[in-house]
Amino acid sequence: MQSSAANRVGMALYILFLMVPIYWLINLSFKTNPDILASLSFWPQHPTLENYQKIFIDPDWHASFLNSISYVLINTVISVAVALPAAYAFSRYRFVGDKPLFFWLLSNLMAPPAVYAMPFFNLYSAVGLFDSIWAVALAHCLFNVPLAVWILEGFISGVPREIDETAMIDGYSFPRFFIKIFLPLIANGIGVAAFFCFMFSWVEQLLATTLTTVDAKPIAGMMSRAYSAAGLDWGLLSAAGVLTMIPGAIVIWFVRNHIAKGFALGRV
Amino acid sequence: MSFVLDQISYRVGEETFIDNVSLRLEPGSMNVLLGPTLSGKTTLMRLMAGLDRPTAGKIIDNGVDITGVPVRKRSVAMVYQQFVNYPTLSVYENIASPLRVAGLPKAEIEARVGRAAALLRLEPMLKRTPAQLSGGQQQRTAIARALVKQAKLVLLDEPLANLDYKLREELREELPRIFAETGAILVYATTEPTEALLLRGQTATLWQGRVTQVGPSATAYREPDNIDAARVFSDPPLNEVSVTKAGAMATLESGRKVPAEGVLSGMPDGVYRLGFRADAVTIGHPQPGMLSFPGTVSVTEISGSESFVHVDTGLGTWVCLVEGVHQWEPGDRTEAQFDPGRAFVFGSQGQRVTAPGLAATA
Repeated sequence: MQSSAANRVGMALYILFLMVPIYWLINLSFKTNPDILASLSFWPQHPTLENYQKIFIDPDWHASFLNSISYVLINTVISVAVALPAAYAFSRYRFVGDKPLFFWLLSNLMAPPAVYAMPFFNLYSAVGLFDSIWAVALAHCLFNVPLAVWILEGFISGVPREIDETAMIDGYSFPRFFIKIFLPLIANGIGVAAFFCFMFSWVEQLLATTLTTVDAKPIAGMMSRAYSAAGLDWGLLSAAGVLTMIPGAIVIWFVRNHIAKGFALGRV
Repeated sequence: MSFVLDQISYRVGEETFIDNVSLRLEPGSMNVLLGPTLSGKTTLMRLMAGLDRPTAGKIIDNGVDITGVPVRKRSVAMVYQQFVNYPTLSVYENIASPLRVAGLPKAEIEARVGRAAALLRLEPMLKRTPAQLSGGQQQRTAIARALVKQAKLVLLDEPLANLDYKLREELREELPRIFAETGAILVYATTEPTEALLLRGQTATLWQGRVTQVGPSATAYREPDNIDAARVFSDPPLNEVSVTKAGAMATLESGRKVPAEGVLSGMPDGVYRLGFRADAVTIGHPQPGMLSFPGTVSVTEISGSESFVHVDTGLGTWVCLVEGVHQWEPGDRTEAQFDPGRAFVFGSQGQRVTAPGLAATA
């Protein structure tokens, strides 16, 4: 095979380019600030763990990590739980306005979150939800529920309707059928939907920082503290950046099989 | 004890899927729904099962009106043409599923599943999942699930259509025997006349959502009540020609006059439509008593010991049966020999006037 060597080189270069920024972030996180600001170096001249230490001993940083993970997890659970019955209905039943409604749901994904920041701010202040992890978790449902409905509908439509009917004929009640027979069938779809909800909620900053101040400050809000009058704390920011990538990496590791199958099967 | 469909119809919007169907099914009987694709076989089965609700009419089981009873409260089992099983469950759990839902004791479930698995030769596969089985085994799993439930009504919707012919023959033989013990009403949908004849029992021919005839399969084949039933129950398709009888002569569509012999001899004057199956026409030299039609060969289908030759006679394309394997090329000139004694005669409304071997009834 003549092209396989070229393929491999091309692939290696591609991966290299993808990895450069990540490597650079890791590189910076082990440098001291004077080191960073000095001359260009491809690896830390004076490797240090100081940046990470700062984060690990500061309770504010812990709290912000915990806040972020909490609202992301809550959001993922709510989004998937709400989207499942909706996606089932969109897939299995014909009702008046089903198609327009489906596309209207999707159009929610197209509006920038900034549009919703102000109304959410006002609403949550009024009902006392402001500055809580629930505020962010619920706000993120705005785009994650439609996303999950869209993904799950594709997977559900891939399951023959005859399986539902056979279960009804066998005598299953609907809840029992849904949990025992149906959920295992679309496990890959649930994995994919949960993954995307997690990711989008984790990387979203604007709503997360606008709807919180002190108690529920997310990691993004904490990072903005590293810009100060004294200048930028490059090393600290880089270490925080590395740490924020870790949960995403862990999630990908756990759902990688589901996602691979999901990408092959469904609507992503 | 019988299961009765009383004038049921099923309409969605403007479209009529089932039109005023009445049927009476007896316990332990084999009932074949015979009809081409889209004739309403599956829709009718879904109505029988309770998956859909008829828009008019009643379904009566053992004297009780069950029209509105949801499917999961009914004693019904169904096998689809596609092999439908629960992909995430083992074959054992697939078969046991209706029994688990019914909450039967474990020993009873084990006994029933074991018996069904033995009957359908699935014992070595019980631990596998459906995806690890061949098509025939998957369908046998679906059949086993229908069997263990011991439902009163068992609906088989073209269950063998997706299997290879050897398996089909085997299972077709076995199916009625397997269910005989349960005393269930079997309903078997098929597009194939031969299958209806092989299954014996009672056949209902379906055409455009209407039942065109009900009766013992062989009788329905020999004496179709009307032209629609005859068309449904003919494979290869029924050959047809219109004639106008006047005295001792009959005029064909083409203007050709032939002696009104055979089935036409005793008929009053009038316009008739003759229907005849492939075995009433052959190809070759004119023989006494046969009507000869010159034509052109369009297709030859060889099926084992016989050949079906499609001949364009100018009165339509007729399918002729020839013994043995012959190869006519498209375009060959030939003569179709039609036996006027073996035609069905239908009146202008499509009703049967007479059939071969019957005295004229009109």
